[in-house]
Amino acid sequence: MPSKLEIRRFSAAFSQASRICLHLCALAACAAALQLAAAQAPIAPAAPQPRFVVVLDAAHGGDDPGGRLSNGQTEKSITLALSVRLRSLLAARGIQVVTTREFDAAVDLNRRAELANHAYAAACLSLHATESGSGVHIFVSALAPAQPARFAAWKTAQAAWVTRSLALAGVLNSALLHAGFNVTLGRAALPTVDSMACPAVAVEVAPEFASGRDSGQAPSAGLDDPGYQARVAGALAAALLEWRTDAWRMEAARP
Amino acid sequence: MIPRHQTILFIVLLITSVVMGVVLWQLRERAHQRLVAGQDSAPTRAPEVAPAEQATLFVANDADSSLLAQIQSLPLPQDPGARARAVLGKLFDLYAAPDAAHPVPGGAGSVAQVFLLPAQTPNTGPDTGLGTGLDTRADTRLNRGSRTSKSTQSNPGQTNSSQSGPELAVVNLTGSFAASHPSGLETETLTLLSICATLHANLPRVTQVRFLVDGQQRATLAGHADLTRTYLAAEAVPSEGAHP
Repeated sequence: MPSKLEIRRFSAAFSQASRICLHLCALAACAAALQLAAAQAPIAPAAPQPRFVVVLDAAHGGDDPGGRLSNGQTEKSITLALSVRLRSLLAARGIQVVTTREFDAAVDLNRRAELANHAYAAACLSLHATESGSGVHIFVSALAPAQPARFAAWKTAQAAWVTRSLALAGVLNSALLHAGFNVTLGRAALPTVDSMACPAVAVEVAPEFASGRDSGQAPSAGLDDPGYQARVAGALAAALLEWRTDAWRMEAARP
Repeated sequence: MIPRHQTILFIVLLITSVVMGVVLWQLRERAHQRLVAGQDSAPTRAPEVAPAEQATLFVANDADSSLLAQIQSLPLPQDPGARARAVLGKLFDLYAAPDAAHPVPGGAGSVAQVFLLPAQTPNTGPDTGLGTGLDTRADTRLNRGSRTSKSTQSNPGQTNSSQSGPELAVVNLTGSFAASHPSGLETETLTLLSICATLHANLPRVTQVRFLVDGQQRATLAGHADLTRTYLAAEAVPSEGAHP
């Protein structure tokens, strides 16, 4: 039978142990709270960047060579080379790129538009090449602008995006002019672009003539010139970077 | 030595051949006389040569992506369809010339037919496969182009234009023209726009234009420009002073 003194000692020891446990629990809770606060602190002020995807459509391919160029090359090879260059430049700048073809393969016109529409792209560039004219030709869909609808007709899906496409063409025009290119702006009916539900522009690259096409002289830069392709791709990449900045600015200004 | 009976047989056959030839000649002469007597071959109407008139052609220029109005004098029939074909034929002759600013081989023979039909109002009429409401604003006042001097009021065919409704022109191009057309978005678009603008300038009732190739619908002209849509002709005419 324990004495009263032993009981008192036991209860005193028990109460001290309980106090120590409570202190330890409080300390652990404080540490966890501090850790959580420290983990959340850097995320809270910075808003996540909106998604920005660029679709590059190298026109033609496979059994569709496109235009036959004077040096024996075909349009499909020039557009693919330009697409690869531009994709590399954009990827290096952290822009997500979706291409409609990565090699010499036939891709249906509707499939190209499907790829662009599934990507919810911020910009779609349909790349072409031609021997006629000079410099770079930029074409926006000739469809009349229309209000966005819940269900858009496939062949006129671009109508709701024409205004944005014109803005994109303006940015591309500025960048190309700044890079010293001879630029022509126009509207055209192009099946692939007309079915795209995104800001879409057809970019047609022609040889460069230092003294004008009418001079009768040979072009100063041909379509198969790697340096010329790199200059065009660089100017387009600069324009798309500016387009991304504008898009983010618009996103930030949205309430 | 030829046997006697063979000689006689040869002579008989020879005489028979000669006689048959004479009879055939006489029969032919009789038939000819009967034919001539049955119809009056005297000319009753002198062949018509359409008087030369002035037509406005919108000629494309690849160098600066423009449509330039040119006044040309050419014989124009009174029938609107034939008139449209004649005007487009002249336009294509210019493109087929060696020093053309927008070289396209083929010439006047590239236009097989031009049909004129009553135009449907966009987005209101039923879909008949031609007026589908997929109208395209062919307003491609290309950046540095649009040099034009509108003087399209000289055609007698335009006098009745305000009395009738708008028309849809269906331009049937030849397959050889499409096959030989240079490939490129700009050059193909310029060709289509120059056709639309030229038709509207000379036949103001033509407000919409559609294209066929060898009588069939075709996706693109030479791989780029859409041929499945209806083009609004008036939008293709560059406005005066439309420089950017």
